[in-house]
Amino acid sequence: MRALLILFAAFFLMGQRDPVLVPEVSQHEVQVRQGFTGTELLLFGAVLDPSGRAGQGYDIVVVLKGPAEPIRLREKERFLGIWANAGSTDFRSVPSFFAVASSRPIERIVDQKTAAIYEFGLRYIQLSPSGSFDPDEQLRFAEGLVDLKQRQGLYKEDMRGVQITGNVLYQARIELPSNVTTGTYTAETFAVTQGRVIASAVAEVDVRKVGMERRVEYFSQDYGLLYGLMAVLISVLMGWGAGRLFARL
Amino acid sequence: MDVYLPIANLSVNGLWIVALGALTGVLSGLFGVGGGFLTTPLLIFYGIPPTVAAASASTQVTGASVSGVLAHSRRKGVDYRMGTVMVGGGIIGAGIGALLFRFFRSIGQIDVVINSLYVVLLGSIGILMAKESLQLLRGTGGKQAARRRHHPLVANLPWRWRFYGSGLYISPLAPAIVGVAVGILTMLMGVGGGFILVPAMLYILGMSANVVVGTSLYNILFVTIATTIMHSLTTRAVDIVLVGLLLIGSVTGAQFGSQLAVRAKPEVLRLVLAAIVLAIAFRMLLGLFYQPDEIYTVYPL
Repeated sequence: MRALLILFAAFFLMGQRDPVLVPEVSQHEVQVRQGFTGTELLLFGAVLDPSGRAGQGYDIVVVLKGPAEPIRLREKERFLGIWANAGSTDFRSVPSFFAVASSRPIERIVDQKTAAIYEFGLRYIQLSPSGSFDPDEQLRFAEGLVDLKQRQGLYKEDMRGVQITGNVLYQARIELPSNVTTGTYTAETFAVTQGRVIASAVAEVDVRKVGMERRVEYFSQDYGLLYGLMAVLISVLMGWGAGRLFARL
Repeated sequence: MDVYLPIANLSVNGLWIVALGALTGVLSGLFGVGGGFLTTPLLIFYGIPPTVAAASASTQVTGASVSGVLAHSRRKGVDYRMGTVMVGGGIIGAGIGALLFRFFRSIGQIDVVINSLYVVLLGSIGILMAKESLQLLRGTGGKQAARRRHHPLVANLPWRWRFYGSGLYISPLAPAIVGVAVGILTMLMGVGGGFILVPAMLYILGMSANVVVGTSLYNILFVTIATTIMHSLTTRAVDIVLVGLLLIGSVTGAQFGSQLAVRAKPEVLRLVLAAIVLAIAFRMLLGLFYQPDEIYTVYPL
């Protein structure tokens, strides 16, 4: 019975081959240098239907993720009238940046289970909590973290952020603020139809410091003592120089 | 003018930072304090990560105190012997401060510790200064101001040295202990400690008033240098671009401040400083009891 079903399904599927996604990002390298105030990434591409016709109503979801880092999240509570950190929970993989854009509100595109698998939305980010095992508490911490990152402009959701033209071309704009973490970002694009992800593709964006900014960061990391001495020298010279300058005026 | 800060990892409006530096510079020229107690909270308020703010503010105080030390040493207003003993204590204190910083950070209470320190220290010193300057303005407390004696506990310490500049014959342990305390605070709060050092020198050690400000600046200069190096080696949070911007403002501001200081009445100046110090303490106190804007804080692992 099962063999028959598979055969039937295979026959059915071969006739309707899945479309192909061809994604592209406006820049594969974001250079963080002096005067960097953030940038806008354009994620665009095309959905090719092998049968040659323009496809029949796709939805596109784009997920841009920054490098993940482990963190400890602390929660403040009132203790004898004073607000102090009380509880804490560890998250092993918190994306430093997370943006989702879709052509329609997610809940109208896929069901919750699919959304959770593909991380379609801020409440589905897989943060890998550890430490606290109470699910309510974990949820509260995760919501607090997402809310915090959202207000820092590092997490965002745009339910109408993807424009689809002629059922073939799509584009989405995602703003990177100046406080982004450097590293390799992944831009995943998903084509969804009838609640099912039928095609996906990944592109990478390298966010890195260049020039002076990169050298300063490396210098401070690798030659701490020298860096400190240099900082002292600069401030002593500036203080002394200003004193001399104003003494003459 | 947008400036990207490579260590703080964000872009700021450079003119605001220069203006902030100028404000603290005017205060430091006017009152002879480093101004770190104002820079650090304002930088954090602006959105700079707290560790970067504290580390960079202490580097800025170095620059702000250089010209003051030079000016005071020209008119023999620095007791080098006393200052050097204090610096020795201060460097040990900075080391202890670094350990305390790491400990309070690991248990997640560093914000509460720093805020409470600000409230207690600024609050009590502000009240002391306000009381004294009000008495002076009314002309009642004249005798009290003229009194100059060191604390009885200081006299009990063994092994006395002569400090000619300060006109004292006391144990070097006393200034060393004061130095350690100020060093700890410098590391924890990102302040030079002038607002604690000056009253401690006057009322605990009983130093003669004409060397107090110069010696305090001399101590601050070297302790903040040590703190900068300590931060560069441990937290790596000194942002050289941020320091540069703050310095442009503060070194020019300090010159205007010291010119203003010549014209103003010292009692009035003290009262104004007391009001500023109390205002910051009060703001910090509210911060402890009001529900904070952010319930959650992220600590990298």
